[in-house]
Amino acid sequence: MDFLNPATWADALKMKAERPDAVPIAGGTDVMVELNFHRRRPPALLDLTRIGELSTWDLDGDTLRLGAGVSYARIMAELGEQLPGLAMAARTVGSPQIRNRGTVGGNLGSASPAGDAHPPLLAAGARVELASVRGTRLVPVDEFFTGPKRSVLAPDELIAAVLVRPAAGPEQFSKIGTRNAMVIAVSSFALALHPDRRAVGTGIGSAAPTPRRAAEAELFAAGQLPWDTLGALDPDVVRRFGELVAAAAAPIDDVRGTAAYRRHALAVMARRTLTWAWRDLCG
Amino acid sequence: MTTVHVGLPAAVDGGVGASPQRPDGRLKVTGEFAFSSDLWADDMLWGATLRSPHPRARITALDIGPALRVPGVYAVLTHEDVPGAPLYGLEHVDQPVLAAREIRYQGEPIVIVAADHPETARRAARLVEVAYDVLDPVTELAAALDPAGPQVHADRPNLLRHVPIRRGDPHATAAVVVTGEYEVGMQDQAFLGPESGLAVPAEDGGIDLYIATQWLHVDQRQVAACLGLPPEKVRLTLSGVGGAFGAREDLSMQVHACMLALHTGRPVKMVYGREESFFGHVHRHPARLRYEHGADADGRLVYVKARILLDGGAYASSTGAVVANAATLGVGPYDVPNVVMDAYGLYTNNPPCGAMRGFGAVQACFAYESQMDKLAAALGLDPVEVRVRNALTTGDLMPTGQVVEGPAPVAELLRLVRERPPAPAVGDFLPGGTANTTRGEGVVRGVGFGIGIKNVCFSEGFDDFATARVRLELVGGRPAVLVHTAAAEVGQGLVTVQAQIVRTELGVEQVTIAPADTAVGSAGSSSASRQTYMTGGAVRAACQAIRTRLLERLGRAPSTTDNDKKVPFLALEEIAELLGEGAIEETVEWRHRPTHPLDPATGQGDAHVQYAFAAHRATVDVDLELGLVKVVEIVTAQDVGKAVNPGAVAGQIQGGTAQGLGLALMEEIQVVDGKVRNPSFTDYLLPTIMDMPPMSLDVLELADPHSPYGLRGVGEPPTISSTPAVVAAIRAATGAALTRVPVRPEHIVGV
Repeated sequence: MDFLNPATWADALKMKAERPDAVPIAGGTDVMVELNFHRRRPPALLDLTRIGELSTWDLDGDTLRLGAGVSYARIMAELGEQLPGLAMAARTVGSPQIRNRGTVGGNLGSASPAGDAHPPLLAAGARVELASVRGTRLVPVDEFFTGPKRSVLAPDELIAAVLVRPAAGPEQFSKIGTRNAMVIAVSSFALALHPDRRAVGTGIGSAAPTPRRAAEAELFAAGQLPWDTLGALDPDVVRRFGELVAAAAAPIDDVRGTAAYRRHALAVMARRTLTWAWRDLCG
Repeated sequence: MTTVHVGLPAAVDGGVGASPQRPDGRLKVTGEFAFSSDLWADDMLWGATLRSPHPRARITALDIGPALRVPGVYAVLTHEDVPGAPLYGLEHVDQPVLAAREIRYQGEPIVIVAADHPETARRAARLVEVAYDVLDPVTELAAALDPAGPQVHADRPNLLRHVPIRRGDPHATAAVVVTGEYEVGMQDQAFLGPESGLAVPAEDGGIDLYIATQWLHVDQRQVAACLGLPPEKVRLTLSGVGGAFGAREDLSMQVHACMLALHTGRPVKMVYGREESFFGHVHRHPARLRYEHGADADGRLVYVKARILLDGGAYASSTGAVVANAATLGVGPYDVPNVVMDAYGLYTNNPPCGAMRGFGAVQACFAYESQMDKLAAALGLDPVEVRVRNALTTGDLMPTGQVVEGPAPVAELLRLVRERPPAPAVGDFLPGGTANTTRGEGVVRGVGFGIGIKNVCFSEGFDDFATARVRLELVGGRPAVLVHTAAAEVGQGLVTVQAQIVRTELGVEQVTIAPADTAVGSAGSSSASRQTYMTGGAVRAACQAIRTRLLERLGRAPSTTDNDKKVPFLALEEIAELLGEGAIEETVEWRHRPTHPLDPATGQGDAHVQYAFAAHRATVDVDLELGLVKVVEIVTAQDVGKAVNPGAVAGQIQGGTAQGLGLALMEEIQVVDGKVRNPSFTDYLLPTIMDMPPMSLDVLELADPHSPYGLRGVGEPPTISSTPAVVAAIRAATGAALTRVPVRPEHIVGV
């Protein structure tokens, strides 16, 4: 196995173009597990940890550009205000050691349906910046995932950053695990209220072949929420929202849970997070 | 010679009843302790194992050529290369060192490889070409029990052992009857230090094996037989053990590493990875249990009828003894006049099951304690009250007819946990932990109780003994003691306890514990909550023999009141003077009172040497809508006879309770069609600090007149009753029936 260790982003893109079979590695919290369990033996690893700019974030106008190499621990510590949903999700990732190593770019690269970062990025309407020697493109995160552990990432591309507007309203993230810490999601749900444009964002994790939005639920809630009055939520609206979120999922039975439970839990999480977020919005 | 009264020496620091710091504690906490996976020899090779992917198959062809051709590979061995006996086993010699033709479980070893790098060895093993004729596995207990069904072993029936117990009137009737069927999933010991060891070929044609195990001599016996060597040429030394919990009672890589070392003439190290570890050791028997309890209108038990099926998997391991425990302890710590009990252990093509902390008592306790709650509900009684009314006490008869001797404070333990103040109204956090699933919506509080019984030491007439060699000598002009045993320190603190006993018995503070090895006689296993009792007893007896020798040198005869604490023993200066004549060394083989076999038809017999009891009260918060559980608090009470090391006792109680909580809520090897679906710590979930609540402990010290210092084994009881207590608390909160552990969220929610 070759170990490629570029010092600059330009070198990294060049190496990836020359060695499209090289597997990028940042925190290694997914890649190393696969190597150690002999599930994968790539011809080369492309180490991205020397490229400092990958682990920075900055605000440019109304867009926050989050480098692919920023760790969950830093997201929790530094971005709780701007990206509260993602920060809440980061808090549920693994153990402190994993949160110190794991990155959002790695989560996207693995494209697991259970990736904790994905639902809040979906709810926030984030875009993924993909780069190669051919150039750079932006892909809406809901178009990024194409199947279990598959994405639109081309063999010569690397994930450079996530572009997202800082939250204009309350965000929530909720995750089911069969223990109280250090679990891979049985299912998860993210919600973002966008009062500026009277829209609702959602993200479903671990309950379909890919992370996905509950588009119908978003439209329904956006149309039914009392934006003008900021009045109390209609229990029927909350219930229906939960049903629509559950209906948007396509879960399976596996070692972590049953399809029926996942669907059920999504409805509960959707109802609760909508209630909390609305309460937060109304102050 | 004059007879004088001499008692124990003046107390020195760190004796029995104190909690001195563990000699290995600092190293373990700082990560510097050398575990068996850290062993190293210059010029060593690394071993790897090829295992069957199928639970039941016939090998039709095997080609090791592709593996042999890999550069760096020094040996590729199959069943044809086993020098001695092809099979091994603890109770029954039924398990192949390497599979010859029949595959009986997923993960069965077929080929072993030695190479100059671990990765090379693993890759070469995968290149071995094996052709299988894949067969339908026997995985259901009902199918295994059917005499007309397929047999797992062609030469023996699937029924490994049946233990019937008959007491009183089998046709007794009662005013109130409750029945239930229960299921226990396959728990894993999940020790953190995987199977590992280093085999070093010796000049005499023998082998030195450095190994993490629970019983050096039982390993030695089996390894020597399979290598075709006399036992004295197979020398074992205990290396750092990273947890055991029963999973190191059976052989794993011992014979394999020795075969590769003898074949290559080089030291060979083997270390399983986490995934391989799940296939490399036995697990706790999954069980199906059917109970019928009959009681009078006051809640006094009239009868218990039970049938317990235990899935032994592909090989016997210690299934026979597990079945006997489930049967003999299967009505719990209750006085029941009429008992019809049948416990069965069966071969299947599921993963082999054997020893795990609690050993048959765990499965039964979940069922009988669930039944006691059901009975309380049927009678409209408090669940603790119905238990107290039936509590076993000194002088009562077990279903085996054995008289319960010594303290049996069952009712007192129950009262202690009941009378503790209630848990705080608000826990540290809500169910779901940091995952933000509730702000209190759907959360309901529940409280549940459990009590269990466990035998301590080996049972059923087994010749159970431990050997200790103790040497008292002058080191730098001061008396010092060297203790040499073969007893396995598996993390429980035995090395600390051995030194404490020496300090108390000889009044000498400077004690060194020699590495455990087979150069001294057997200590028996660090199992069955027995090692402080047994090796502690042997060390104490050896110290007493040394005291006698000292007194002989002094010209005094030892008195019968040798242990009278009021009369001082020799002062340290006097001992030093007497040692001027030379060191004193005593080796003692020490036995507990004999036990007796069970009558094969009635299950009657004095099979156990000591009983131990623990009670738990669990308080849980349950999210009714999501089925998530947070255990808010656990209080426990346990009689330990004598807390030889109170710190270690607390550690055992907390750790054992956590392991029982794990079985209640999350720990299960999921097996479908004989295949393990979750061989990783990603999906085999162990409780974290966020799952294990604060605990309150009541430790009783009611001396057992027959044991050293009156002590009672402490390791297993806490694991037994915490499981039913947690489940009872969830039932109290939810009203769900919950007849299976681990309880999963979907069981609570009912979807």
